Amino acid sequence: MNGLKVLFKKFPLIFCMLFLSHAAHAVLDIEITQGVVGAVPIAVVPFASGGAALPVDVAEVIAADLRRSGRFAPVARDDLIARPSEASQVNFRDWRLLKTDNLVIGKVAVQGAGYVVQFQLFDVFRGVQLSGYSIRSNADTLRRTAHQIADMIYETLTGEPGAFATRIAYITVTGAGAGKRRYSLEVADSDGYDPRPMLQSNQPLMSPAWSPDASRLAYVSFENNRPKIYIQDLRSGRRQLLTSFEGINGAPAWSPDGEKIALVLSKEGNPDIYVMDLASNQLHRLTDSLGIDTEPAWSPDGRSIIFTSDRGGTPQIYRMPVAGGRAERLTFEGSYNARASFAADGHTIAMVHGDNNRYQIAVLDMQNKSLQVLTDGRLDESPSFAPNGRMIIYATEEKMRGVLAAVSVDGRVKQRLSAREGDAREPAWAPVRQ
Amino acid sequence: MNKWIKIGLIVIPVVMLAACGTFGSKKQQGGGAPVQGGQTQPPESATTMPVAPGGGAEAVPLPGGGAQQEQTAPAGAPADLMAKRVVYFDLDSSSVHDEDRAIVQAHANYLAQHPAVKVTLEGHADERGSREYNIGLGERRAAAVKQMMALLGVSAQQISSVSYGEERPAATGHDESAWHLNRRVEIVYTAQ
Repeated sequence: MNGLKVLFKKFPLIFCMLFLSHAAHAVLDIEITQGVVGAVPIAVVPFASGGAALPVDVAEVIAADLRRSGRFAPVARDDLIARPSEASQVNFRDWRLLKTDNLVIGKVAVQGAGYVVQFQLFDVFRGVQLSGYSIRSNADTLRRTAHQIADMIYETLTGEPGAFATRIAYITVTGAGAGKRRYSLEVADSDGYDPRPMLQSNQPLMSPAWSPDASRLAYVSFENNRPKIYIQDLRSGRRQLLTSFEGINGAPAWSPDGEKIALVLSKEGNPDIYVMDLASNQLHRLTDSLGIDTEPAWSPDGRSIIFTSDRGGTPQIYRMPVAGGRAERLTFEGSYNARASFAADGHTIAMVHGDNNRYQIAVLDMQNKSLQVLTDGRLDESPSFAPNGRMIIYATEEKMRGVLAAVSVDGRVKQRLSAREGDAREPAWAPVRQ
Repeated sequence: MNKWIKIGLIVIPVVMLAACGTFGSKKQQGGGAPVQGGQTQPPESATTMPVAPGGGAEAVPLPGGGAQQEQTAPAGAPADLMAKRVVYFDLDSSSVHDEDRAIVQAHANYLAQHPAVKVTLEGHADERGSREYNIGLGERRAAAVKQMMALLGVSAQQISSVSYGEERPAATGHDESAWHLNRRVEIVYTAQ
């Protein structure tokens, strides 16, 4: 018994990955709080299934994704004038009367133990098919297949890749008061569906960071009352300790090639940025200032790192070459700029921008250096770009609770994702799985 | 040594499953059940006193601290100052307030006289701004208290520090009344 107690003390974390039933866990609720005026009408007809009961309403998932982007206005189901599932059943004249620009039809056929999902996208006014595919799926992947179809429709109609078939990682905290808080690292679909706990602890968990292939997460865990950086494989749940130096071990960030992790250590006295080579575990120190240097993020080409530093008095964003060299200050507006990260195209960085005691999400155009504040919260933090660079997910506070929210990079579309209980924070949008 | 590894391998999965089975129950404390006794200052007002963070798995009741504090205050240590184990800071600042210096001094004197006694300085920040930067701020505050103690003759071996940033707030509100209670360093006795 004593031995058990010792083990509890030595291993304060509980690994419940995949053991817990999904129903027991809070699903994130999504609410669109601001949409684009002039969103394009689109009809997504319920997919025919030949009477088979399906675990997922494919058309509903597609319509919800498109609506969530703020750029499309799916027609309500009750207003659909017909329910075709084959091109031969489509009467374009009817759909033109409904003033819907585009039409999506499809069907799901049971084949062996799985399904074949077919969809077609039509331009109603020209009366032509724009896209159409047949995709193999099964009960476990049907939802993901629906997101992939939404991505294809989005890309066909906007010319930009979608980001619906992606996931997000975030931290939830339940239980109030010291010692009663429970921290959980969760991974959910980007529409908030199917959240799964990857790690749970009664000590703080922080700073989840995706590997570029979206198979692993690096994070900070305070188990045994010391911050340590771990890397955890999502499929197997196995994890490895990356650093446990004296002082801070924080802010891990994967290099775009997946071979290195930038991180923050204070073993030499104050927080500085280091780069660790994952194959050799060799550490290379990048910064050496008297201030706090933290929150490194890689440029998409992997050649430079942007980070937060208060070497100039207030926290601001700096950039320096990974090969070493002088740090160049990037932000000059506002008394507080921190936690920056690059959009995939490298043209924009998102950050927490503080001014007049309000902390909001802003984007900085790297070419013309103009700063645009996108959100209007008081305590907005932890911005993370969608892999297509169109949306930024972040954490905010609402009615005394920590919730996640997303905003389009032009600030026009806003969504809120709230956990059913407790606080949600530190969202990290996963790269597209390879 | 080998024996212990074997026992570890057998027992760990059992612990995990047992923990999973009761997850979500209020009784479930997880692994390192937070040690509460002894770390906390005697609360003067339940609503405003910062509570010692849970978790100190290795924490032990402090000499002249916690519940027994009144009876066992070490000779020569000013009990009222020793009972205070939290010092507060201004926004973005790591300067110990003049009125809190006596608290640090009392603990430092005690530690200097008792070289076997050890403390952990837990640095904290309020919730504003980014989380990892706040980890840096919390560390800077702990370092300021550590430096004060060192100047007062406490050996470096007696002091360790850890920053929790904004991750373990003492007060959970979202305004200055909560924030000022959260910008703090807690002096936690870990060995005597």
